[in-house]
Amino acid sequence: MNPAALKANRKWLKPGATVIIDGDSITEEHLKKAGFATLDPLAELKLDEYNVVVPDITSMTREALKETGLDNKAVTKCKNMFALGICFWLFDRPEEYALRYLDSKFAKKNPVVAEANKLAIKAGYNYAANTHQFANNYTVAPAPREKGTYRSISGNVATAWGLCAAAEKAGLPLFCGSYPITPATVILEELAKRKDLGVKTVQAEDEIAGICTAIGAAFAGNFAVTTTSGPGLSLKSEALGLAVMTELPLVVVDVQRGGPSTGLPTKTEQSDLAQALYGRNGECPVIVVAASSPSDCFHYAFEAGRLAMEHMTPVVLLSDGFIANGSEPWRIPSMKDYPTICPPIVDKAPEGGFMPYVRNENLARGWAFPGKVGLEHRVGGLEKDAVKGSISHDPANHQKMVDTRAAKVAKVIDDIPAQTVWGDEEGDLLVVGWGGTRGHLQNAVDEMRKEGHKVSLCHFNYINPLPHGVREIFARFRRIVVCELNEGQFANYLRQNFQEFQYEQYNKCEGQPFTVVELKEKFESLLK
Amino acid sequence: MADYKYTPADFKSDQEVRWCPGCGDHAILNAVQRALPEVADALDTPHNLFTFVSGIGCSSRFIYYMKTYGFHSVHGRANAVATGVKVANPRLSVWVATGDGDSLAIGGNHFIHAIRRNVDLNVILFNNEIYGLTKGQYSPTSKLGKITKTSPYGTVEKPFNPGELVIGAKGTFFARTVDMEVQLTKECLVEAAKHKGMSVVEALQNCVIFNDKTHAAYAGDKATRAEHTVVLRHGEKMLFGANREKGLVFENMKLKVVTVGQDGYTLDDVLTHDAHEKDTTLHMMLAGMKYPDYPVALGVIRAVEDDAVYDRAVERQVEEVKASSKIHCVDDLLRSGATWEVE
Repeated sequence: MNPAALKANRKWLKPGATVIIDGDSITEEHLKKAGFATLDPLAELKLDEYNVVVPDITSMTREALKETGLDNKAVTKCKNMFALGICFWLFDRPEEYALRYLDSKFAKKNPVVAEANKLAIKAGYNYAANTHQFANNYTVAPAPREKGTYRSISGNVATAWGLCAAAEKAGLPLFCGSYPITPATVILEELAKRKDLGVKTVQAEDEIAGICTAIGAAFAGNFAVTTTSGPGLSLKSEALGLAVMTELPLVVVDVQRGGPSTGLPTKTEQSDLAQALYGRNGECPVIVVAASSPSDCFHYAFEAGRLAMEHMTPVVLLSDGFIANGSEPWRIPSMKDYPTICPPIVDKAPEGGFMPYVRNENLARGWAFPGKVGLEHRVGGLEKDAVKGSISHDPANHQKMVDTRAAKVAKVIDDIPAQTVWGDEEGDLLVVGWGGTRGHLQNAVDEMRKEGHKVSLCHFNYINPLPHGVREIFARFRRIVVCELNEGQFANYLRQNFQEFQYEQYNKCEGQPFTVVELKEKFESLLK
Repeated sequence: MADYKYTPADFKSDQEVRWCPGCGDHAILNAVQRALPEVADALDTPHNLFTFVSGIGCSSRFIYYMKTYGFHSVHGRANAVATGVKVANPRLSVWVATGDGDSLAIGGNHFIHAIRRNVDLNVILFNNEIYGLTKGQYSPTSKLGKITKTSPYGTVEKPFNPGELVIGAKGTFFARTVDMEVQLTKECLVEAAKHKGMSVVEALQNCVIFNDKTHAAYAGDKATRAEHTVVLRHGEKMLFGANREKGLVFENMKLKVVTVGQDGYTLDDVLTHDAHEKDTTLHMMLAGMKYPDYPVALGVIRAVEDDAVYDRAVERQVEEVKASSKIHCVDDLLRSGATWEVE
């Protein structure tokens, strides 16, 4: 910490916490800039209950690195590695991984910088080990994890890979038409690398072209996706309606950020739910799926692809800035454990000729790509005859098509897992969440349960349609609280779907994820 | 050269053509249906590979009248959708039917970027200088001062010349035809199809209801066309007039209309059309010629081969990376980079 960081982060300190402050940064100038009234920040922030250590990190780093030949500025940049070295000692962690990382990052381009950073880590470690200024050090036992091969993965990369997996399991090439937008860009970047898997990416001239090239590719028989964030989804809404009307498979990934308008591009929020569900002209249902952790972005991207292709409809996959940029260890799955995806591809004209809007048991129409012999047909945004697919202005036909498009999406309920509960099947309080908030909600619920409260979590990944079993779960709890990073969009959606229940809400629009502390406070107040 | 023996009837759908009687679109449809059998043979393209994409507007109904694969998209987006179709499957012969409102107003961005990328699309740009489907509002090609329902006192904005726009965006192929000249339209379309890269064929089209005779001064009837248009053909002299007595010469950095045999001008002075010239200067001048100062240029004005064709380049890159990468399937991908074992 320097004075400014100390001031900003004071509120997060838990009793008994260790605070490491760079002694060199406690100068009158810095204190003033950070808004301290006195020259004693520790007293001013009431830090006497804490284990505060004030090593002169800057000057010790300089001393440790004086032989490297680096200038003062470059040396000062290494002080965070000194602090990291202290942490390695404090938590009894091996340094090797960090040292290897520095080599891989700098050794080729700038070996001096790699060496300097490594020296700083070692100096910090030795300082902490020798001076006995820290009350304890801690041994962190490895988290209990299933046996297997693991890797680290971020939500955006996992999303890209999940889409690749769906394409592979469908036996179709993956096409991504997209336009760079924070915080979704990494998905396009990752897919652009995946030419080795045959992925074609078009960095389009705008968001609209992103989805329109994808729709063209879907018509031509690729598994087509487009990736964006909230403002981009707004721009894509007309074309998304076109994909609904032409009943083509398409995955639209929306990595949500703070809105409206440009809003908070780098901050997380869940405020695009209503847009994903309703943001189009006409009666225009789409499947909506939400990922809930960096690694399960893989699974839900795969699911989005499976549902889009097998049900011949667009799917909106909701992620958010928090899980998209976040990383976690992930037990690497094997593709043999994933199902084959079977889109209703038509290869040969049936007797009487190919009728593009004849449906299968899923109400999905046949997918006949240009190039297939004898299946020439026309589709488009105008209302179509329920069978032949030619333009129809017939009133009864329009009603039938509106009903059919809705029924097709509703029917997906039979192709997704039933809703589950984390914790006991009944109790005093049911915490309801969806998407990227699962980690915080689950931690808060776990802590409450350890403290003896009858609290469970019902967390949603399938938003439209909602899975089987929701009503039965809701009925077994005394109170229900819907927690989301918006002003109550999912709560209202539940009110619309299950009107018989009372829903409490916990909402936050600060561009920040929930904290376990604030969630527990809310839950405790509801249990009183 | 293949011999599929297709006839225009093979490309006619069973849908009733619903354009107004006398609309120029009928003649363009006719020309396309006559051109495709020739294109099929010239490029060895069987029927099942022809795909038509359109946006919104009278001209965009086109795809319903073609017995091919067809996609009627939303307003302005035909070129973007077609780009996706072509990149997804470069073996398809992809055609775009679009209008001056569709591609030069709401879809202007997609139009210039498809040209910039040089996607191998064949775009037929129906230019009637009006919004017909919405019943008579001015378009981005309406002449300055044009009185329409949304410009009751005349427009106060200057029009685009589609040819200048295409060539200005470094388009590799631009041709112009007149709806009534079915043979010329067909010729332009066949050349457009043969061209590797984005081809734009502007069809000067008459909207008989909302902008009747907008091109009539130079393209109204055969006699007028002979006098006030010049049909350019690669390698041929730029001659026009009822007896091909007039020609274009280049003088003082400008094009000039002369009569051969008068004022000391001979046939040798008349320019020979080079559609393959990479430099855009002369093509830009030819595309920009306006009646009454000049004849309006028709035919293939620019056809420049360029290796950088987007859809092919994307496919080539995929093949190159596939051949050199160690990652061949998703399982390989998942296990690439740093991993660790938990016992």
